[in-house]
Amino acid sequence: MTTLTDPPQESFRLSMLINDTRYRSYTFQFIALILLIAAIAYLGNNLVSNLAAAGLNFSYEFLGQPAGYDINQRLVEYTSRSSHMQATIVGVLNTLLVAFLGCLTATILGVFAGVLRLSNNWLIAKLMSAYVEAFRNVPVLIWILIINTVVNILPQPRAYRGETPDAEMFLGMIAFTNRGVYLPAPTWGPGSLMVVATFLLSIGAIIFFRRWATKQLYDQGREINKLWPTLGLFFIPTLLVYFVMGSPIGVEYPELRGFNFQGGLQVQRPLIALWLALSIYTGAFIAENVRAGIQAISKGQTEAAASLGLRPGRIMNLVILPQALRVIIPPLISQYLNITKNSSLAIAVGYADITATLGGITLNQTGRAIESVLLLMLFYLIISLTISAVLNIYNNAVALKER
Amino acid sequence: MSDTHAQTVSFVRETQLPPAPPPTAQTGVVKWMRENLFNGIWGTLLTLISLYAIYSILAGVMPWLLNGVWNTSNIRECREVLEGATGGCFSVLSERWNQLLFGIAYPRAEYWRPTLAFILLFVAAAPVLFPNLLPRKLLIFTGLYPFVAFWLIWGGTILSPIVALAGFVVGYIVFQRFVAQSFAAGFFGAIAAAVVTWWLGGIIAGLLAPDQPWLSRVASRDMGGFMLNMILGTVCVSLSLPIGIVLALGRQSKMPIIKWICVIFIEFIRGVPLITLLFVANVVLAYFLPPGTNFDLILRVIIMITMFAAAYIAEVIRGGLAALPRGQYEAADSLGLDYAQAMRLIILPQALKISIPGIVNVAVGLFKDTTLVSIISMFDLVGMIRGPILASTDWNGVYWELWAFAALLFFVVCYGISQYSQWLERQLATDHR
Repeated sequence: MTTLTDPPQESFRLSMLINDTRYRSYTFQFIALILLIAAIAYLGNNLVSNLAAAGLNFSYEFLGQPAGYDINQRLVEYTSRSSHMQATIVGVLNTLLVAFLGCLTATILGVFAGVLRLSNNWLIAKLMSAYVEAFRNVPVLIWILIINTVVNILPQPRAYRGETPDAEMFLGMIAFTNRGVYLPAPTWGPGSLMVVATFLLSIGAIIFFRRWATKQLYDQGREINKLWPTLGLFFIPTLLVYFVMGSPIGVEYPELRGFNFQGGLQVQRPLIALWLALSIYTGAFIAENVRAGIQAISKGQTEAAASLGLRPGRIMNLVILPQALRVIIPPLISQYLNITKNSSLAIAVGYADITATLGGITLNQTGRAIESVLLLMLFYLIISLTISAVLNIYNNAVALKER
Repeated sequence: MSDTHAQTVSFVRETQLPPAPPPTAQTGVVKWMRENLFNGIWGTLLTLISLYAIYSILAGVMPWLLNGVWNTSNIRECREVLEGATGGCFSVLSERWNQLLFGIAYPRAEYWRPTLAFILLFVAAAPVLFPNLLPRKLLIFTGLYPFVAFWLIWGGTILSPIVALAGFVVGYIVFQRFVAQSFAAGFFGAIAAAVVTWWLGGIIAGLLAPDQPWLSRVASRDMGGFMLNMILGTVCVSLSLPIGIVLALGRQSKMPIIKWICVIFIEFIRGVPLITLLFVANVVLAYFLPPGTNFDLILRVIIMITMFAAAYIAEVIRGGLAALPRGQYEAADSLGLDYAQAMRLIILPQALKISIPGIVNVAVGLFKDTTLVSIISMFDLVGMIRGPILASTDWNGVYWELWAFAALLFFVVCYGISQYSQWLERQLATDHR
């Protein structure tokens, strides 16, 4: 008869470091750590000796020196005597501006195209597939350059001059030229703050009212007409305050003076080219996400809604889209990130975003490659992490609440 | 009385009517059009709007396309031929065809080499792309292809690709010899053997190298045009796939240090735009290399783009790994397979199959992103158009033809790849839903 005994306690042998699962993970991690430290030390050592050989040191003092170049499109005060720091800030704001505008337009475009691609109408569905495939399969850089060319063939400002001009302003207010688009701009007189505050307050009131009305419907089954109070709240208080304060907000129209338009709001050509290209390009991707999201909702939902007597438009708005949103939001987040990152292609059309200011002219002028590129990467990292954090919070809010 | 007429008036038809065709409004083209084009006011309106859109696009493009000029030598001649009529100057394509494809500096007499490499690419890719239709023996050529292509495009002595190949072969033999004992022994032994082979081979090749190699050497900076896009695209995708798999496995690993190295790498690379990485390749990477080394710009760009693509592929594969049911991992454990065997034989084949659409998306995106190298002044297709061609006095102003050509070229390749991946998905669909 045999008895089972515990296996003999082996003493530690060197081969156990690789063959014994208890120790193996420590061995591998130790090797990985050593390799990582060695690599960092090697690269750092090279960096130090290279910088010493080039007579450089690692410092951000160059940010304080005057930049010496002009920037056309700017949201804050900037002249060529401003510092590199200010040029960088202008670049940051320009990046954020084009990313924000791009996200907004791309979402609208993408939702439309995605829904229309599933339409019963054969022609429009095919047209939308053609749009999606054409834009998804050609590099965004080529689209940016093509749309830049399109904007470039708009009439020159001088075409608007003379007794019988070659081009006319749209509605007498908007001028499309190859230097950019000139729009009427609001002018803010004294007391305009009151009007804006009233407007914001009435927006808040509208949201509050609609929530209250929905709650009434759910709790007590009382249906309250939302449309008319909303319209009333939107227009009446603001208009009242506007006239009481003596019409403080005016409009300044762009006017042709000399060789170019003056006054009004000027949107420069590079911004338009980049904005349009990014939104149309990313719109095609968002359209695919929207389509996938809608198709992920089972057909039974549509049929159930139809059996309740809802019409197709309301089925889409009330039943399909709210559910599809949960599927659509996560890929939408990465599309927003893509727009933000692709806005770095601004350098190709001469739009002064941060890649063109800090990573372009500043880098070339000062020769501070490491510092500039490091700062540039840090900026994009912060933006990326912020966008994904904010949108993840929203994603969690709309996610399916299960028990 | 009540049954007087019962026999004379029949209420039930006794013979069947011959089948009649449906009303014209319910058949064929008319029905299809009613259902698909003119269903309701909105449908009709949408159809009319789309018809108008199609008409205006065609009205703009067709005269330009059909009236195009294909054989003039500069833009002024082309405009003279057109005499003010609408038409494209496509002669820029026929005149600059070689530059668009191969760049400025690639020696004209050697154009057959990249062309041959391009054709062989299809031969090499075929057994991978159509594994069920072609014999597996062809995979040997696929394995040889990188070395053949390198030698064809860059030229120089044939010894260097042979030494490189020998290193891989020796490494593989050592791996096969030791992997039965333990995967780690095989793996590290293979790396050591390969490095030794390359080192020894390098010395021997240096001694034996002829002064006049069969194929003349072409420097990397002479690569350009669409060839550069193709080189960057194929090299970076094929290199980033294995690195991406390793990163994905590392991110799933239970070992905290390895996991965090992978997480930080992936998130960092995914958080910054490719342009900044190309800036790194262009102006920063040199600072991190030993003093005096002069890395080829193409090699630096390949390193950065590969890192970029690997991070994205790693995320795609992580999704595939996460999508596998736990039972598969447990089944592998219950068979007594170790980590390497379980991954190689059970987990990865399934995870990669799930990730095919995502990997293809990354590959297509990467191929499109190779155009960004034009921003760091490399003359790829876009760089060629923006730089030398549009700047020349001969073709200054011929935008549409060139951009349309570039867009078409990329469209054909990318659309082809995505159609292939959809076909492959259908082929691999082994489950029944």
